[in-house]
Amino acid sequence: MREMIIIIISAVLINNIVLSQFLGICPFLGVSKKLSSAIGMGVAVIFVLTLSSLLTWLVQVFILDKLGIGYLQTIAFILIIAALVQFVEMVMKKNTPDLYKALGIYLPLITTNCAVLGVAIINIQKSYTVMQTLANSFGNGVGFTLALILFAGIRERLEEADIPESLDGLPIALITAALMSISFLGFTGLL
Amino acid sequence: MSLFQEFSKGIVRENPLFRLVLGTCPSLAITTSVSNALGMGVAFTGVLIASNMVISALRKVIPDSIRIPSYIVIIAAFVSVVDMLLHAFSPAVYESLGIFIPLIVVNCIILGRAEAFANKNGVIPSFMDGLGMGIGYTLALTIIATIREVIGVGTFLGYPVMSASAQSALIMVLPPGAFLTLGGILGVINLLENRKKMKKNRNPQLSMKEQVAQPLSSN
Repeated sequence: MREMIIIIISAVLINNIVLSQFLGICPFLGVSKKLSSAIGMGVAVIFVLTLSSLLTWLVQVFILDKLGIGYLQTIAFILIIAALVQFVEMVMKKNTPDLYKALGIYLPLITTNCAVLGVAIINIQKSYTVMQTLANSFGNGVGFTLALILFAGIRERLEEADIPESLDGLPIALITAALMSISFLGFTGLL
Repeated sequence: MSLFQEFSKGIVRENPLFRLVLGTCPSLAITTSVSNALGMGVAFTGVLIASNMVISALRKVIPDSIRIPSYIVIIAAFVSVVDMLLHAFSPAVYESLGIFIPLIVVNCIILGRAEAFANKNGVIPSFMDGLGMGIGYTLALTIIATIREVIGVGTFLGYPVMSASAQSALIMVLPPGAFLTLGGILGVINLLENRKKMKKNRNPQLSMKEQVAQPLSSN
């Protein structure tokens, strides 16, 4: 149990997936203009990330490793993620239309979110057990959501700030991300 | 559009990283040194050219409704090939790029070129497009990496370029430096663009045209 907590804290704060591992920068910059959409995207990522990591771990251990076809990892994983996202979308549409309305538009975007594939591969590279995989992917999802929500909050304020014309938009957003990243460096000695 | 234009548009005018702001993840993560940036650029260009050509050759065979999954499988196949080649022939680059080689699959530039160019054009224009975009991306990565490596550790491609007394700013090779460099470069590009626009507005010929156009549009 202690080990799980350490993995989660390390994934959320110390090795934050966005601010220190640079995975999932596209949605981080794209879906952070409004706080409400940031929350929606974050929840969708936590859900898909945890589910897809579990699935890719099972496929790696019970199919790819057993048959000795580890070199198909990239192809297999991206197909699993794409199919899973489609499947989740269909199930949500049918059973929980309210949730679908809230998260629906973010789901297709997740397929091309490198955080999902990245975490799935990291789990295999570090040869985590199934529980560690779950803890690590959940932690990374939470870390992504935390960074995204904080960033969206700052960007909403930036809308009203007086910014030099040429820095307006993406440049100032990236410089803000740099400052956030510096503050997350402060967690380095936490564990 | 001539073949040369297909090639040259990716380098400056439609530079995938600086102008279209696509493929940002690797551009931030692996630009801690120039050699990493070049390695990533070559791997990326190889995958882009190969996938562009194959997708363009198969564009009449692949049904429209399943084109995205088909593209992803084609791209993933080439990424696996590049992954194995790098592992075999340059293990040092393979080690330092690490997870970002398999992640070329989800680099939006490659899928973007497949969707925007290769499925509408022939094999040879697609090759030129892939080559141009690949070189443009490599160039952009190299620029970011040069700034970070020179300021951060005072070397270029491993050779010391700063005087020994100059204090290097380690923060540039840490994660914050990546965001800072890309933000700064995009800011400078915007600045240059705004200047160009202002010059154009001051150009008398253009303003005369506008004056002529205005009464016409009001009619």
